[in-house]
Amino acid sequence: MKPFEYARAGSTAEAVRDFGPGTMYLGGGTNLVDLMRLGVAEPERLVDVSRLPLDTIEPAGDRVRIGATVRNTDLAADPLIRSRYPMLARAVLTGASGQVRNVATVAGNLLQRTRCTYFQDVTRPCNKRRPGSGCPAIAGDHANLAVLGTSDACVATHPSDLAVALAALDAQVHVTGPGGDRIIPMPGLHRLPGEEPERDTVLAPGDLITAVELPPAPPGASLYRKVRERASFAFALVSIAAVLDVGQDGTVAGCRIALGGVAHAPWRAERAERALIGGPATGEAFLQAAEAELEQARPLPRNAFKVPLARNLIVATLEELAA
Amino acid sequence: MNRTEGRVKVTGLATYAAEYPVENVAYAFVVQAQIAKGRVKRVDAAPALELPGVLAVLSCEAAPRLAEDADPELALFQSREVAYRGQIVAAVVAETHEIARDAAAHVRVDYDADDHDVRLSSDHPGLYQPEVVNPNFPSDTDKGDVEAGLAAAATTVDVTYETPVLHNNPMEPHAALALWDTEGRLLVYDTAQGTTGSRALIAKTLGLPQDQVRVVSRHVGGGFGSKGTTRPQAILAALASRMVGRPVKIALTRQQMFDVTGYRTPTIQRLRIGVDGEGRLTALEHLAYEQSSTLIEFAEQTTVPSRVMYGAPALRTGHRLVRLDVATPSWMRAPGECPGMYGLESAMDELAYAAGLDPVELRVRNDPETEPDSGLPFSSRNLVGCLREGAHRFGWEHRDPEPGIRREGEWLVGTGVAASTYPARRSPCKAVATMRNGDVLIQVAAADIGTGARTVLRRIAAGTLGLDPERVHVELGDSDLPEAPVAGGSMGTASWGTAVVRACEELRRDGKEGRADTTDEVKADAELARHAFGAQFAEVRVSAVTGEVRVSRLLGVFAAGHIVDAKLARSQFLGGMTMGMGMALMEETLTDEEFGGFLHRDLAQYHVPACADAQHVEAVWLDEQDGELNPMGSKGIGEIGIVGTAAAIGNAVFHATGHRFRDLPITPPKILAARF
Repeated sequence: MKPFEYARAGSTAEAVRDFGPGTMYLGGGTNLVDLMRLGVAEPERLVDVSRLPLDTIEPAGDRVRIGATVRNTDLAADPLIRSRYPMLARAVLTGASGQVRNVATVAGNLLQRTRCTYFQDVTRPCNKRRPGSGCPAIAGDHANLAVLGTSDACVATHPSDLAVALAALDAQVHVTGPGGDRIIPMPGLHRLPGEEPERDTVLAPGDLITAVELPPAPPGASLYRKVRERASFAFALVSIAAVLDVGQDGTVAGCRIALGGVAHAPWRAERAERALIGGPATGEAFLQAAEAELEQARPLPRNAFKVPLARNLIVATLEELAA
Repeated sequence: MNRTEGRVKVTGLATYAAEYPVENVAYAFVVQAQIAKGRVKRVDAAPALELPGVLAVLSCEAAPRLAEDADPELALFQSREVAYRGQIVAAVVAETHEIARDAAAHVRVDYDADDHDVRLSSDHPGLYQPEVVNPNFPSDTDKGDVEAGLAAAATTVDVTYETPVLHNNPMEPHAALALWDTEGRLLVYDTAQGTTGSRALIAKTLGLPQDQVRVVSRHVGGGFGSKGTTRPQAILAALASRMVGRPVKIALTRQQMFDVTGYRTPTIQRLRIGVDGEGRLTALEHLAYEQSSTLIEFAEQTTVPSRVMYGAPALRTGHRLVRLDVATPSWMRAPGECPGMYGLESAMDELAYAAGLDPVELRVRNDPETEPDSGLPFSSRNLVGCLREGAHRFGWEHRDPEPGIRREGEWLVGTGVAASTYPARRSPCKAVATMRNGDVLIQVAAADIGTGARTVLRRIAAGTLGLDPERVHVELGDSDLPEAPVAGGSMGTASWGTAVVRACEELRRDGKEGRADTTDEVKADAELARHAFGAQFAEVRVSAVTGEVRVSRLLGVFAAGHIVDAKLARSQFLGGMTMGMGMALMEETLTDEEFGGFLHRDLAQYHVPACADAQHVEAVWLDEQDGELNPMGSKGIGEIGIVGTAAAIGNAVFHATGHRFRDLPITPPKILAARF
């Protein structure tokens, strides 16, 4: 591990002011500290923001504001979240383990890095870690990597469950930084790899997430489901956050679908949503919508299973919500 | 009995190798080869040595000489040759672990790289027949006429099963702390499954007489074979300590453990079995293809269990090995039996279906009178009893054999069975029992690797002496104690326990002290086939939507002699079965064909079962009386639990889905590819 300086920020303003070249913000550290040990992240300076007074969950009218340093365990256990956004609580509880969730923060969860095996190994090439060095995953181990929105430079996935649920809920990410304050609507925080796979998000250097704001929960039933070969403590092969509102006449009044484990960002299935709204809430319609979405997939030989898996998951989840 | 050391372990007071409080300690961190084959051209240690706190850099350009005949995996820095990616090529010694780790990244190593070959295949041109397979079995056996037997069979199967690279992954990483005293005597606190053997190997490697070396391993956080022989950390700590003149500590990272502490070879197994109209085997052939490194020949005894299991007039087994540019495979829980019984017991299930026989019944009909290959009588064999008892407890009689027809919502449900076996051996051992103020002290260089050896030896001694176990104290895990064999091959309790019983018998006669050496007793053992047997039953649920497999029930019934302690035994069986579940459904290390070495080198990528996966795992045993084993009448139980589990689960997946998956692990991608 490369030696580094450590400072604890007293306020968000101080954190932003202290941010300079080689600086990284430290939240719960459940991912960043691992990456530092591995030499994947080599900050010269850590500014610890985990104890900033951003650890509350507050109602704001019919909206809810979640502070950036709220621990994942507290988020999942919060009565307001559990009653208004049960799907969000469920998504958080499918992530990591109890011990990790006790430490991990909301903002840190959103900003965790891909678990691509090459990214985590500094002795092998990786365009995300060392731009221009190449992507061995495309010809090598990509079984758990992306099938949607990939580029020739990178097929990494974003590992967060929370981000998938937030994408389906149209959450807004509050950011402060050297350029002032701004609000980024999900899933817009994360970007696709394109030619710059080293950039996971649209955040600029020094930007600090302060809160995530949830608009009123959309009408209808919601579910989060995560597929993995082990029953717990594993990243998603594919996951889905879905909300379905079926009107009295049996047609789809509202629909939100976000997928995890398939792309460099939580993937909002807009094509599928558009195909469904106003149409019948039937298994046939769900299948057509899923296929419309997945037409864009560019699977590789060893992750081609994710396309039928995502299709099956969309159909089964919507059927369960419609029942 | 509750574990003697349970309280100190759960309160964090048990001292493991890396935790001994030693003053003035320095820390070592290794530099690993970044090519899969070739030579170290140059090592530039200067950038590391310039860093504050760095004490020394060891490499092929700066290291003490080791014994000429040192084990090549332990002959650190003695050659410029690189045999596999991840091999240790240098090490940094520094004031702190963090400085050593940072400095290791500053050691510049230049290589001349050659083309590498890391891929095992059954048509590899380098395949050959080893002379013996682990530990000392003939590679090939051939009895009767297999081709004629197959030709005469009413039903045959000809199937190929594959298992991946598997890693032991004990919870405690491999660590060592080495100190030299002023008389040149070396003390190594190590994570060893046996201190007697470890002392011998460390002494040999360093060119020291054995009485100049002491190895201490009071607590070991699991090994599963990966600590069964000395690993590089012990040698490195000793070398580094001598070089800097201070105690040196090293703890490998989880990633490094994947590279230099052994693994289970991948296997490709071809099985051809024929059965007549009455369900009796006419021929059985089991051939395994597996790998070793270019450094050492390690040949897993994958098909050896087929020499034990079923009676057939024609029986052929064999092993073909290829030496690749990979690390040397080694022991992992039930080497041979674990992968081999996956192949055999999966093929037997296929044969039962092909012949229209119940899988339990097929096994019962082919239960042999004597050991099929050797012709030796069994000391005891209760496989049929295990199958019958398991079938009864599991509700097997209500099973409809038709595959792919039970569905609960999206979940396809199926059940499967497989047999287990593991040899029951013992080795010579010494022990001393001493009376002290009315209490008894037992001393033996046994190892407690998390199995409860301390506890079980207390119980054995107390039983022999007619004392309350509270009055018996056991000292183990130190090579200065009476010599003992390794905690491996499921023979720890049988070997150490024999010596403890004899020492206690002597103490009873003497009143003060009893000493035992069981060499003659063990040598006089009659020539018999001694094995434990078992039957495992699995119920799985396979999602037709996602391809996820969940094991809803797992039952193991074992016949393993007299069970010395029920609580400890149950824990061993359940642990083995749960590890077998991991083998069936998730465990797999990928080999990196492009760069060499392994991928998925951590526990976030190499998945073992979580608590949520072990929904209903049950282990029971038959009360077996066998007077041909040892004074306890016991058979080893550390390994048999993992044998057969993967086959039982794989057979259940077939029963659930109607598809055979012949390569492990059985994951959602494979299920989805087959079904949808």
